[in-house]
Amino acid sequence: MKELWELFLAFFIPGIVGYGGGPASIPLVEHEVVKNYGFMTTSEFGEVLALANALPGPIATKMAGYIGFEVAGLLGSIVALLATVVPSLVALILLLSLLNKFKDSPKVKRMTAYVRPTIAVLLGVLTFQFFDTSYESAGIVQTVFLAIISFILLERFNIHPAFVVAGALIYGAIFLS
Amino acid sequence: MNLSLQKDIFVSFFRSSMLGYGGGPSTIPLVHKEVVDTYEWMTEEEFGDLLAVTNTLPGPMLTKMAGYIGFRIGGFAGMMSALIASVLPTVLIMIFLIGFLIKFRDSSIVQGMTQAITPVVGVLLLLLTVSFVKKSRNDLGWINAGILGVISIIFYAILDWHPAILIAIFILFALFKKAPKKSDGEES
Repeated sequence: MKELWELFLAFFIPGIVGYGGGPASIPLVEHEVVKNYGFMTTSEFGEVLALANALPGPIATKMAGYIGFEVAGLLGSIVALLATVVPSLVALILLLSLLNKFKDSPKVKRMTAYVRPTIAVLLGVLTFQFFDTSYESAGIVQTVFLAIISFILLERFNIHPAFVVAGALIYGAIFLS
Repeated sequence: MNLSLQKDIFVSFFRSSMLGYGGGPSTIPLVHKEVVDTYEWMTEEEFGDLLAVTNTLPGPMLTKMAGYIGFRIGGFAGMMSALIASVLPTVLIMIFLIGFLIKFRDSSIVQGMTQAITPVVGVLLLLLTVSFVKKSRNDLGWINAGILGVISIIFYAILDWHPAILIAIFILFALFKKAPKKSDGEES
């Protein structure tokens, strides 16, 4: 019961403060899941995030559905999904007519703009954690090598992340095992 | 209950979700194609309005759009069809795939895969970070974005505040600040 309540909170809070869609809520979810409740380690979270990135569909619900399932089974999965989806949806349905009036208001536009730098910092810290974890587990040479290769593939050649993730998994299975 | 309508709702959001890579925001054009072009449930303008309103609320994009559109054209059942279609298939694939990986966690192959994937996730997050930095600069300019960024670093990374508190403060600040001009760079 306590676990379900924690799961609910862990996904409810990112759901209501994560402006800018699912990807913006990733560092907030990480904060709750890894730091606050200790459901997973940073590197476990990384595996989940990598697979969520490689699969189609919304990121936030894939993360919630899976993490909920791992922590507390089917019921956990349902609780985490509901906490992610329901609050903002209910708000949208209830407030739609009201929001329609304010959607062009500069204040409302500013809200998203003001939150972005914070999200950028959260993402930056999370990025650092991943490189740090990688440095500790795979060593500096592999970390730098994989980071540079994947950066070039993603940015220069515009390869889809799903293929880069798949490539890294194959590389790891062969060369790092 | 109109079953063929429910089926159409389900199919349209299932397709959008399964074909949209890169999270909810990247599925929006696909939803637009289904809802406005294929099934003509909404006009271009209605869809644009809904998208604008959806953007003003927090939380994942696709589920808000799916829930609302499903609710409008098919009632509560329509809402459930649209939500289940957008969420469930990809969650099931996740659980299945990771379950498979975890089963073989102790094998050196899976450990190698885990090691190799971590720096790649780092790069993906780095790219996401850069895109947020760029958007911040476009919206607020370097100075204001920088001030908010530095405040965030101090309170989150150094003083260890909960990020939700920080974000809530900035949202309230955006709502209650008077002058909307860019020239006020001394709000700290």
